Amino acid sequence: MAKAFFRLTGIPHTMESEVNVQKNTVMIHGKEYDACRLKWEAPEIGAIYGVLLNYKDEWKKFREQMTKPPYHQPPKAPILYMKPANTINVHGGCVPLPKGVYQLQVGGALGVVIGRTATKVRKGEAFDYIAGYTIVNDVAVPHESIYRPAVKERARDGFAPIGPWIIEKNEIDHPDELDIRVFVNGQLVQRDNTKNLLRPIATLLEEITEFMTLYKGDVLLVGVPDDAPLVQAGDHVRIEIEGVGSLENIIVPEGDWVKETGYDETCTHSV
Amino acid sequence: MKRARIAFNGAVCEAVVEENGQLRLPNGWVVKEEEVVWLPPVEPRTIFALGLNYADHASELSFSAPKEPLLFFKGRNTLIGHRSKTPRPADATFMHYECELAVVIGKTARNVKAEEAYDYVLGYTVANDYAVRDYLENYYRPNFRVKNRDASTPLGPWIVDKADVDDPMNLMLRTYVNGNIVQEGNTRDMIFTIPFLIEYISSFMTLQAGDIILTGTPKGAVNVESGDEVVTEIERIGRLINYVV
Repeated sequence: MAKAFFRLTGIPHTMESEVNVQKNTVMIHGKEYDACRLKWEAPEIGAIYGVLLNYKDEWKKFREQMTKPPYHQPPKAPILYMKPANTINVHGGCVPLPKGVYQLQVGGALGVVIGRTATKVRKGEAFDYIAGYTIVNDVAVPHESIYRPAVKERARDGFAPIGPWIIEKNEIDHPDELDIRVFVNGQLVQRDNTKNLLRPIATLLEEITEFMTLYKGDVLLVGVPDDAPLVQAGDHVRIEIEGVGSLENIIVPEGDWVKETGYDETCTHSV
Repeated sequence: MKRARIAFNGAVCEAVVEENGQLRLPNGWVVKEEEVVWLPPVEPRTIFALGLNYADHASELSFSAPKEPLLFFKGRNTLIGHRSKTPRPADATFMHYECELAVVIGKTARNVKAEEAYDYVLGYTVANDYAVRDYLENYYRPNFRVKNRDASTPLGPWIVDKADVDDPMNLMLRTYVNGNIVQEGNTRDMIFTIPFLIEYISSFMTLQAGDIILTGTPKGAVNVESGDEVVTEIERIGRLINYVV
């Protein structure tokens, strides 16, 4: 069992309780609930920031292009982007596939949740500023160029399912060694590990907070593994992160988003 | 009406700016502008910014005008109010101001047509969207180290109601450094207009009340140094004062 923070539909406050990540169950007031049967809200969070090219394989693959136009040289600082408030989505929620787009890429990302105002944090004390860990599906419309901010590709409504919960920091002994697995319709399609990060968590926090403050509740996505799986309407996506949990979502056509979200019968995260 | 957010007497409150420049607080108190701490007049959930939205500025930076808006986001760490200080990194050789008209969204907007776009605007304010060009990199450019630094985006002093601005697409913008004019332009020279931007953004994402769009800057980007007083001014909106430290 691990201590976690989460929000359920219909209950106005953040709950703090024990979850069993292996069994995917939650203990609430002495009763054990199957996580698949609960209705989840997004955990209480602030801004979501992502880091591009932070998996070594992804970097290597892009390395050759880095010396050519328009890039000219490899990046020096972490390449950051934002998943604004409109992107936030829930565990079990539907991800809208925009009109005219046929595939989306799934980004299985470990989300580091900030615990207190972090400005100019040193690597050695970085973990003092972390509240816990969660899972984010950093959904994007596939794109080749990373020269300009990928706003139209990464910042669409519902493109950041997050949850189901935030696992308390101390429950995860080695956040820089967590297995990440992505399943589409029950099939394992991707596997990676946070030990393959170019910049591990503490380094990221040091380099980012050197110039920008992260606030309590902000979520830093440590990176998206190379070769992001592609999905289409109707696909069920599950992202598992070792010790943190499973985040599940279904891709639906944009026009069906409200309908699919409103009816439990047609949009359920328990497959 | 001009609406400000200030800190006074140990609390944050809204204030109305009167003709004589004094501030009327909700409890009826009237105070002088030097007596308060000016906060950013709005607390946006999402801050949109535009790069290269004036043809003259684009060519100044050796870019051809973009075919599609160059949009990027900024975090709340960047915002500070009127009469605040913006730090200049010790190793920077080129840090410049950018005087920009900021559009404050008034209600939730999704799939809005340009013709109706102003229905979704609450009002306008002034932004000074500083950039530290030393840190430019060609990945998701303009990258965060250039544009998302703490306290790098003074905003204010207040919001002017939409009804008080006849034509936001015809306003003079001017920047003064230590009293000398260094940047001058007019919002009519925007490549992508306010209605176009609202239609464009809302075509793929939802805008919310309180969100702001910083609409880009005209040419005239000059380096500023520690100790400089930078005033970004927009006709009919206001004069936003900032100090580089």
